[in-house]
Amino acid sequence: MTYIKPKFHHPRLPKNDLGYNKKDYEGSISTLCAGCGHDSISAAIVDACFELNIEPHRVAKMSGIGCSSKTPAYFLSNSHGFNSVHGRMPSVTTGANLANRSMVYLGVSGDGDTASIGMGQFVHVMRRNLNMTYIVMNNGCYGLTKGQDSATADYGSISKSGHVNTFEGIDLCALAIELGATYVAQSFSGDKSQLVPLIKAALAHNGFSLINVISPCVTFNNNQGSTKSYDYVREHNQAMNILDFIPVRDEIKTSYAADEDKMVELHDGSTIKLHKISPDWNPEDKLSIVMALQKARQQHQILTGLLYLDRESVELNDLINATHTPLNQLSEKELVPPLSVLEAINQNLR
Amino acid sequence: MSRINDFVVRFANVNGTGSASANFLFAKSIFRMGIPVSAKNIFPSNIQGLPTWYEVRISEKGYLGRKAGIDLMVSVNPQSMKKDIASVKSGGYFLYDSTKTLHSEFYREDIHFLGIPLMDICNREFSDPRQKQLFKNIVYVGALARLLDISLDEFQKLFEEQFKGKDKLIAPNMKALHLGSDYVKDHFSFPLEFRVERRNLVRDAILIDGNSAAALGAVYGGATVVSWYPITPSTSLVSSFEKYASQMRIDPLTGKNNFAIVQAEDELAAIGMAIGAGWNGARSFTATSGPGISLMSEFLGLAYYAELPVVLVDVQRAGPSTGMPTRTQQSDVILTAYASHGDTKHVLLIPSTPKECFDMMADSFDFAEQLQTPVILLTDLDLGMNDHMTEPLTWDESRTYNRGKVLSADDLESIAGWGRYKDVDGDGIPYRTIPGTHPTKGSYFTRGSSHDENAVYSEDSETYVRIMNRLVKKMETAAKILPAPQKYQEQNQSDVGIIFYGTTRYAAEEALDLIRENGISADALRIKAFPFHEEIKLFLESHEQVFIIEQNRDAQMRSLIINELEINPKKLKKILNFDGTPITADFILQHISKELLTPVN
Repeated sequence: MTYIKPKFHHPRLPKNDLGYNKKDYEGSISTLCAGCGHDSISAAIVDACFELNIEPHRVAKMSGIGCSSKTPAYFLSNSHGFNSVHGRMPSVTTGANLANRSMVYLGVSGDGDTASIGMGQFVHVMRRNLNMTYIVMNNGCYGLTKGQDSATADYGSISKSGHVNTFEGIDLCALAIELGATYVAQSFSGDKSQLVPLIKAALAHNGFSLINVISPCVTFNNNQGSTKSYDYVREHNQAMNILDFIPVRDEIKTSYAADEDKMVELHDGSTIKLHKISPDWNPEDKLSIVMALQKARQQHQILTGLLYLDRESVELNDLINATHTPLNQLSEKELVPPLSVLEAINQNLR
Repeated sequence: MSRINDFVVRFANVNGTGSASANFLFAKSIFRMGIPVSAKNIFPSNIQGLPTWYEVRISEKGYLGRKAGIDLMVSVNPQSMKKDIASVKSGGYFLYDSTKTLHSEFYREDIHFLGIPLMDICNREFSDPRQKQLFKNIVYVGALARLLDISLDEFQKLFEEQFKGKDKLIAPNMKALHLGSDYVKDHFSFPLEFRVERRNLVRDAILIDGNSAAALGAVYGGATVVSWYPITPSTSLVSSFEKYASQMRIDPLTGKNNFAIVQAEDELAAIGMAIGAGWNGARSFTATSGPGISLMSEFLGLAYYAELPVVLVDVQRAGPSTGMPTRTQQSDVILTAYASHGDTKHVLLIPSTPKECFDMMADSFDFAEQLQTPVILLTDLDLGMNDHMTEPLTWDESRTYNRGKVLSADDLESIAGWGRYKDVDGDGIPYRTIPGTHPTKGSYFTRGSSHDENAVYSEDSETYVRIMNRLVKKMETAAKILPAPQKYQEQNQSDVGIIFYGTTRYAAEEALDLIRENGISADALRIKAFPFHEEIKLFLESHEQVFIIEQNRDAQMRSLIINELEINPKKLKKILNFDGTPITADFILQHISKELLTPVN
């Protein structure tokens, strides 16, 4: 592992439409364990933002506490980041978003930060349909405190120390669908070809997007008996679809004739091309995905891909009728009522 | 002996019966006659069916603090009748609903009983069941008008204002009022030996509660993001903000809101949202009470250490734990001053009147952004929820907000070597950037973990100590720019000093007059903010004995003074009222006179 990041850039690195090369989307060097799934997710975020032509400074990187919450330092160094308190990233992101709705909000969290200490805020941020992408780097354990089971650890999963988990794990995707999240996806940190388009589509979605990414902890939860190890996830991963994200300005070149191909257009005109593998499921039908998730659970399978999408999603700012101008850009002119208004109030109080 | 404009009327009602508006009507009619009046709602933590009291003090001299001793009790609640009769001053009056005969064992020789068959009158005169109930309240107000010499014309005007557009309600209300007034005329001698007489003492004052005034201060002060969780007694602050913002902050072209309000899932989320908004360059606040502050403490530590502006209103109530949610106290002084683990300190603004609630709330956004730290407006239930006579609210239309040290894209282009936590100006306050300002400059990682001047994670001891010491310097800067204390004398007149803050002001100022009437000389000082202004230390050092008057059990401001200013505790005397009702001048006088009988060391 190197601790000093090389400054050398290849002069002919490809640039995106904005003239940025991929290096412009990177962060400082990761201090996570070598082989950590989280680093692959960071790399996928870099790819997604680069390919989507997002200006790095228009992104706000939000996190809580834990290994996962450190990662915003390892991508998009030209973006502001906020490493808040444990389990409270959703509220900070909500406030930030209300202050400036024009930015892109990318939250990263872990299974402890989301499903235990942060469960309250996780649930409510979905209910409010905050316009953000929420990536859970889910390894089923507490890495920073050396491997205790988390609330997403599966029943019967065995930790590195040999401890057998006696409680049911929380299925974040099922919960999200139940609570009104408008974009729900699941993926695996080792499957970049699936993860990058999922992140891109999530960033384009107008509302709350959850991507639960199984991201093995190489140090504390990659052992025999763990259900969040690289080997286990590879064996039990069942992709629901193969998807491709097509930004609004890109012409759709391929023809999709196959019965199971579906074109899903998002609010901004961009499109998701879904090649469905599982025929008895429709990403815009809650009932079918709830059923599929239950079945998968019984069969010890991990469903990955885009699970649910509500294209009619109305995000929080519109739900509360907030003005389109970012609130942090309003000046005294818009904010201070005339003195006469105050004088009239005084008069009514006499 | 005739006592003009100097007495206390207390109403004993059942909550949820519409008595509050009738009682306010009574207070307002006296206010309209140009006489200073203060009204205190003493209510239960309940929606319907429990005893509630409303106390109105009428004071020619303009004393607005609570006064012990009830001259006239209006009793419409059989549940509390025994206690209510006992609470009347000897020689006082007890007005009650005589539809049912008064229990003989309740009878007291030394007070006057005025029985009016309120229920009978209403049953006879009104047919609508709801009116029968509601107009009982108006009938007793009519009776009081006759007993105390209040002009019925004042009520006519008040009804006309209250029922604008629902004019048909005016006549039955006036009818009820006359029924009460006429009953007194036919059955009792009037007016009483204490009564009101028209004056011109109110001038341009207004009658408003502190929560409404603070909400208006937030509107004028530019708050755009408000997050909150309902808790008594702060709830009405946010609902007032919503009411005013919905009238004053609508974009004329689009009809959309130039503000955002979110009712959070709990206080943790409420402060988190406010902090997120402050970080992103909006003026934001949340309002809560003691239990909420406990929950918000972790976040307050983050905002202190990561240096983020946010405004928090603590409308204090009686603790600990759930305590007495509908009773007043000043018992969050230590909690708010040092909220959160580790070494932290927060800016407190302590208003004493609704006018100050308005001004300080508006100013708090400037201070939060100037100092890049949480600013806590520390009010209390008495100030927040009771109507107080106060100066009219004003706004300087040429005023611009002080947004503090925020760098623009142009600034970032011209500055070399910017670091988020560098103390460039030597005042302990660094320069900050708002997300999204510049494509390649000014981004940083905000964190509650230890960081260096460039906001980079660091566990280096020297770096840690340097940053922590700079935060001390920042608080020293705060002490210089925050409101100076109010001094009640130009030069010291005495070796004895009196210190108070917040709503204790009302009783303390009255007590000061009483003390002087008793031939005791004392200087006084009212604290308005924390960290302490240097004049507070000077005042403490230049008096041999200082009384600190507070509304909590543990003398929290005294502890804060000892801790922060290293004043010898022996010379700091405590005067503490913490029973949940506002402190009175008599209580203060009693304690000070007792102490001053013993020689000063």
